[in-house]
Formats: sequence, C-alpha cells, structure tokens
Amino acid sequence: MNSVSLSRWLLFGEWRAHFVQMSVALIAIAIGVAMAFSIHLINTAAFNEFSAASKSLSGQSDLQVYGRKAFFDESLYPLLANTEGVALANPVLELDVVVPGKLQNRNDHKLKIIGIDMFRAVQISPDLLGLTEEGKTLDRLADDAIFLSPAAMEWLQVKQGDSLSLHVRLQTITLRVAGGLVRARAGQRIAVMDIGVAQWRFQQLGLLSRVELKLQDGVNHAAFKVKLAEQLGESYRVVEAIDQEKRIANMSRAYRVNLNMLALVALFTGTFLVFSTQVLSVIRRRQQFALLRVLGFTRQQLLRQIITEGMILGVIGSLLGLGLGYAIAVMAIQLLGGDLGANFFPGVKPGVYFDLLTALTFFLVGLVVTMLGSVAPALEAVRAKPAMALRSGSEDVAMAKFLPPWFAVICVSVALLFTQLPPIFGLPVFGYLAIALLLIGGIALMPRFAAWTFSRLLTQLQHYRLGAVLTLVLARLANAPNQAAIALGGILASFSLMVAMAIMVTSFRISIDGWLEQVLPADLYVRAAAIGDQGGFQSDAQRAIAGLPGFDRVDFFRTQQLILDVNRPEITLFARPVDRTDARNTLPLTDDMIASGSLPENVMPIWVSEAMVDLYGYRVGDKVNLPVSGTSNEFLVAGVWRDYGRQFGAVQMQLADYQRLTGDLSVNTVALWLQTGMTADAAIANCGTAVWRRVGDLPVE
Amino acid sequence: MLELCNVNKAYAEGRRVLTNLSYTLKAGEYAAIMGDSGVGKSTLLNLIAGLDTPDSGEIRINGVAISSLDDNAATQLRREQFGFIFQAFHVLPHLTLNQNIALPLLLNGTPTDRVEQMLADVGLRDRGHHFPRQLSGGELQRVAIARALIHRPKLVLADEPTGNLDPDTAHEILQLMRAEIKTNGATGILVTHSHAAAATADFVLNLTKDGLYPVKSERSE
Ligand SMILES: Nc1ncnc2c1ncn2[C@@H]1O[C@H](COP(=O)(O)OP(=O)(O)OP(=O)(O)O)[C@@H](O)[C@H]1O
Ligand SMILES: [Mg+2]
Repeated sequence: MNSVSLSRWLLFGEWRAHFVQMSVALIAIAIGVAMAFSIHLINTAAFNEFSAASKSLSGQSDLQVYGRKAFFDESLYPLLANTEGVALANPVLELDVVVPGKLQNRNDHKLKIIGIDMFRAVQISPDLLGLTEEGKTLDRLADDAIFLSPAAMEWLQVKQGDSLSLHVRLQTITLRVAGGLVRARAGQRIAVMDIGVAQWRFQQLGLLSRVELKLQDGVNHAAFKVKLAEQLGESYRVVEAIDQEKRIANMSRAYRVNLNMLALVALFTGTFLVFSTQVLSVIRRRQQFALLRVLGFTRQQLLRQIITEGMILGVIGSLLGLGLGYAIAVMAIQLLGGDLGANFFPGVKPGVYFDLLTALTFFLVGLVVTMLGSVAPALEAVRAKPAMALRSGSEDVAMAKFLPPWFAVICVSVALLFTQLPPIFGLPVFGYLAIALLLIGGIALMPRFAAWTFSRLLTQLQHYRLGAVLTLVLARLANAPNQAAIALGGILASFSLMVAMAIMVTSFRISIDGWLEQVLPADLYVRAAAIGDQGGFQSDAQRAIAGLPGFDRVDFFRTQQLILDVNRPEITLFARPVDRTDARNTLPLTDDMIASGSLPENVMPIWVSEAMVDLYGYRVGDKVNLPVSGTSNEFLVAGVWRDYGRQFGAVQMQLADYQRLTGDLSVNTVALWLQTGMTADAAIANCGTAVWRRVGDLPVE
Repeated sequence: MLELCNVNKAYAEGRRVLTNLSYTLKAGEYAAIMGDSGVGKSTLLNLIAGLDTPDSGEIRINGVAISSLDDNAATQLRREQFGFIFQAFHVLPHLTLNQNIALPLLLNGTPTDRVEQMLADVGLRDRGHHFPRQLSGGELQRVAIARALIHRPKLVLADEPTGNLDPDTAHEILQLMRAEIKTNGATGILVTHSHAAAATADFVLNLTKDGLYPVKSERSE
C-alpha cells in the first residue's frame, strides 16, 4: 500500500515538474500511432468496400468467364449454358459510359452500366434488379429504361422519371430513369439495364463482357474451372470470385505498401522521439534514482517504477493515437475517398470500420515501443553504483554505454548489405530496412561525431581569444557530447526523413516531366469517349480530324487493355505509328534496344515498358506471344522504354501491325501538333466551327 | 557492530585513497571522524553503506560481510538499518518535505505519523508542504537529517551534516542526532571538520593516509 503511494508521488512529482516534456512525449506517441492506424484503416476500408462492391455485382456465381479483351461474342453464352455441370449461365454486358456533364473531372466522369438478363439475374444477382414504379414491372425490359443506384442518382442529380444523357461513341443518347437499385451498397455508383437494350443502345450488338456461371451441386469447382479453361482456349479466362479479389489486391498493393511504409516511418519517428525523451528524462534523474537506491529502493522496484512511467505514457499516448487515427481516417475518406485521390477505386465510398483486434494491435505496438524507450535507460540506471551515480556529471558516463561504436558500425554495414538484396514478392523490403538501419546507425554515431567536432573546434579556436561563454559552450559540448547527440539525433532523424521525401518527390516529378515530353510530344490530345476498349474514331472521323486546319501533323493511336496473367492487373497496349528509321524518335527508349535498322523483316516488333521486364521477365530479343487479335500473335521485343504512368506494364506496337492483325481501323486517341504561331485555344475554336461537331463533344487535354 | 578489516580503496588512475584500514566500532558507540580534505572520509562512509565496494579487505556489520550480501539483501539492510546523511544533502526535488522525510518509512512499510514531529524537531514546523526549491541550504540539510533519523536506524552515517548551519542551530541539530542515536541504541559515525561538532560524539577518530586513530581518550559519560 505504502509503496504504491510512493510510486504515485514520484510519478506525479515528475510529471508536474516536467509537464512540457511529458506532453511532447505523449504527442509523439499519439502521432506515431495515429498515422499508422489511420492509414491502415483507410486501406482496409477502401479495399473491403471495393471487393464487397465487386462481389455484389457478380452476385452468387461460382465462376465467371471473361474474354482476353473487354468484349467477346455472345455466341459463347448458349455454349456455356448447355455445358454439362452448369446450373445457370448469366450473360452480362458491363460498360463504363461517359457522362457528358461530368467531363471536367478527368478521372471521374464515367458511369458503370450493367446490362443483365432480368430473368436469370433474379437467381444469380438479385441485388441488381431495379425497383420500378408500382404496376410497371415491365419497365425493366423497356427500351429506354435505366435503373440507378442511390449514389448514382445523387451524383447525376436525377430522380425516377427524369431523363439522362450519355455518350455513346460519338453520339449522345437519352434514357429514362425508370427506377432505383435499392440494394446497391452505400456510395456504389452503378446503373442497370436490360442486356438487349444495352447492346442496342450502346452499339455493342452481339457482345458480352462476361458470363457468370452457377454450377450444379456436387460439381468440383476447381476441376470444372480447369476443364472449362482448356475447352475455351486462350481467348477466354475462367475466374473464380477469389481470383478477382486477388487481382484487386495486387492492383493497389504497391500503393498500399507505400502507405504502410509511410505509417511505419511515422511510427519510427514517433518511437525515436519517445525513446529520446525517455532516455533524457531517466538520465536527468540519475542522481534521484541513486538516492532512492541508497534509501532502500531495490533494483526491481526502481526498474518497475521507471517502466510504469513509460507504460502510463504509452497507454495514454496510444489511446490518444487510436482516437486521433480514427478521426483522421474518417476525415480523409470523407475528403479524398478511399484511395486518397489516387483513383484506384473509383465510384466507391467506403465507411471506416472500427475493428477491435486491429485497434488492439496498434495500441500494443505504440505501448511496446514506448516501453522499450524506457527499459533501455532504466536498465542502465538500475545497474549503476549509487555512490557514482550520486555525483553530478555522471550522466555522460551513462550515455556512453548506450551507444557503443560497434553498434553504429554494424547498423551501417548491415544497411549497405541490405541495399544489395533483391525485393521480396516484388516489394523492396530490404530497401526499407536499410533506410531504417542507416538512420539508426547515423544517430548512434552522433555522440562520437559531436565529441570529435567540438573538441577539434575547441583546440583550433584556442589560438583566438574566445569569449568566456563560447569557450564554456564548446568545452561542454566536447566533453559531454551525448546529450548534444540526442538532440542532434532527433534533428538528424526528422531532417533526413524530410530530405528523403523531398528528393523522392522532386526527382520523381523531374523524371515525369522529362518523360511526358517524350511520350506526349504533341500539343493537343483528343481522346474518344471510349466504351471499354471498343469504339473511337472510325475512318470518316479520322479523315475529318486529319483535315483540320491549324495543325502540322496528326497521329492516331489505339490503346487497349490486355490481360496476360489472371493474377495481375491488365497491361496497356498502345498501337501507334513508331518511326521506322529510329524508334527512339517516337519512344523514350532506354539503351536496351535493337537498332531499328537491324530488325528482321518478317517480325512484328514491340517495345515494352520497364514494368514488363520486371513483372513478366521480357528481355530485348525475346519472342513473346500477346493475344492482340483474340488469338495469340508472336512479337519480337525490340526495346525497353521508361514508363512512369502504368505500373502494371505497357507495350507499344506499330499501328499498322495492329490494324493488320485485328482488322479494326478505328483509333481512340489523336495527337495533334500545332502549326507555328497557332495557339491551342485558337485551334480548338477553329475546329469548333469546322468539324468538331462531327467529332462530338470530346474531352480535350 | 562495525568491523573494518584491511580495507583498500583506489580510484581509477591508481589513485590510492584508503590503505589497509582496520577498525572496530562497538554497538552503541558514536564516533566522530576528522581528517584533511580529500583524505577519504566520504569514500569510507560510502564503503560502509555498501554504496561502493572496496578493492580488497572486508567490512562486516553485525558479523556479516557486506560483500557477501546480494544486491537485494544489501538494499534491505540499508533500508531497515541505515540512516545516511550526505555531504551534498540529496533530496528529491519534486516531493514535498513531508514526502521526502517519509520515504524511509514508506519503503519499510511502517506508519508515517512521526513525520510531523521530526520536521518540528529540526525546526521546520508547518513547512511540510513546501518543496525543496523553497528552502535554504541549511534547511535542506536539516531535511536530510530528519530523513536519515525518521525510521530509527541502527547505524547512522553522517557526512558533514552541519556544514551549512550556524553554530547555534548546528549544536541543536547535533544534540538531536545524539539523542536519537542514544535512545535507539544505535551506532553512529559523524564525519566533520568542526571540533565543536566532533565534541558531541563519544570520541573522535582521525583519518590519515596511514589509518584511523583515536585523537583523545573516550569522553566520560
Ligand atoms: N570517483 C572518483 N574518481 C577519482 N577520484 C575520486 C573519486 N571520488 C573521490 N576521489 C578522490 O578520492 C579522494 C578521497 O575523496 P573523498 O570524497 O573520500 O574525500 P573526503 O575525505 O571526504 O574530503 P572532504 O573532506 O573534502 O569531503 C579525493 O582525493 C578525491 O579526489
Ligand atoms: Mg567528504
């Protein structure tokens, strides 16, 4: 009982006397925990919501069949429906359609429209059935009816009975909002139509995006999947709901890992702050602790006292951190969305979910880290001989034990070693560790660095007549370098973090600027309001654009998404006219390339982005197969180019090759070079009166 | 009660302070130690209290060698049996005077009702709720003395306890110390440079480089 009140006296006494230091320590812990926790909350909220949303779209199907390209012919559907083992097949046409009124928002101007067969969807994805006005159930099949989720209605500012204009290729169509989708998830922006109507109105006659299959009871899903994939061949993918989730996870993984690293950095900085506050506070009280030992505190009692202090700080700080983190997460999601503006999960509005287990984990991390910060100096304080510790000036002896020189040397050498190690699962784990170790090593070297510098300075300056104050300051820093070092270490830690971030951001920006100049050398770009991969400028529109006044040169290209690996996100395929004399004139190629002159005649060259080299192992000179025309075509990897835009990989090929393979002569992007003396605004104005109307209301970048 | 056998102590750089020191103090004796500054008086008290260890030789208390005790046993011995007054009277700055003085009682788990009386005895009545920063050097020294005596220790080790006090106050405090030691049947060592102070002890010892020697015959009581 008595020792409890003694321990309380000591705690309150210390906190009363050093209120500011304690508050700083608390804030440091809270910020560290809050950053880590909030970033984690945001990540999981966005991811959960996104996979829940995609699940509600695919309903309770067991398998889904996709084409390699966005759409495939609907003749596959009866085939699948009649396959043995299939209980129900549900054809779906899914389109991202441009909303004219939302074009000013570059990344967020599309509405997901799902065309379904109402009679089959009832059984497989009932969430997608529209709610009609009373007595108008047949509206579900009406040729102008569209059903909107509440979030979509809010976004488009329409209600039941209103009309809605959408872009299809180069035309505008008007539909009637026939009702709502009451069972859509909160924030989910989708629209549902009858599949036949959708095919017709969006000019996708005879095309499907996927067929969802429900298997008969007792059919082995995995075996069925393998067999079906074999039957369907290379042009189709058979996917289980789990694969889908894995793909989403992979897509945002790098981004999420980076955010998590950021959280760790925050936690690390927080730890360091806590650690140094604790170390300083324990060392400052060395005499007091020695006195307590003299008066009869056992080592264990003293240790318990110091650790209790750290624990109370840790508990309060971590609790504050959890609260703060939750608030930050809620606010960030409100303001920026689940991907913090990165647009990985468009049209999804996640809610933050407070998970007790996760909260407990982060709480413990904060607590343990804080306690570590008190245990290390506490152990030293407890081991000290009281007679020595009682003398003033013994603090520095204590600190020297803390950071022996070999510790710093080991940290730095291990860090250097780590920089040479390869990534794990595509993540630079060792790189992150190396950074942390370098930082720790640098901080550990600080005392020696400080002692050396200040004593050099002192001897150098002794020849001059220094003022008493300056001499005193230098002498103190030279002989008691450890306390200076802790402060220096804190500055070093925060400063190097700041510098690292600044270098990363600027170098990234500089390279992006340089790269954009190469990749987007034209003055104006016009992109067709695309529906998936289809559509764009047909030959008559191309002729019209080519004939526009005010431009020196007009290039057309075709972009398209391709899936090479079911477990990875799509890659982007660019078909464009690449300079045949030297590909470097068109693409930002690295030195790793085959000179255009020495390319064999009878092969189709492709140029792959660096991500393709890392992810798919493509090497210059390799012959590779890409499913460009639905079936597989062989290409020669002729070079590697730098791409900061598409982390999942991109491939460039000659537009002529593409058109020969696919027979598709339409393009979806036009690059326009202005004539000298012409401004972009003037050129656009010119066009506006000339042919722009034929081309349609397109986003101009 | 206290036996010193061939105690040697040197600090780093081979600085010899105590050489082959032997002496025996019987229970209930109250000795004053005098000696030149830097001769090793404080060092000797630290060794006796177990706050530092001799290089060789043995210090026994009630027949038990301090060096044979583990840290917890030594701590317990200090807590229960010792009253220590430092030359640089150490107090805990963030505790009130009452709390500072009550420390030994709390550590021993005994009632703290004696604190008020003790504070009054050293002339600091009604100041129990003050903090050390509100006190003068001499007042702090008296707090340290009160703390050393509050739990009725069996061995009182006082290192220059009245260095900061005026002669009258010093005399009062030294009388208080003597009375405490005698009523508790304790053994005491008083290190001092003042002959007047030394005179309050039973006898005076002189610490020199060669050893510990009585200065004059035992005072008649
Ligand atoms: N930690 C230490 N390291 C090195 N030398 C020390 C240390 N502590 C004390 N000394 C030296 O040991 C000698 C004895 O010191 P001590 O404090 O015991 O002297 P003292 O007799 O109490 O002196 P005073 O009467 O001035 O208090 C002194 O010369 C002192 O310089
Ligand atoms: Mg002394």
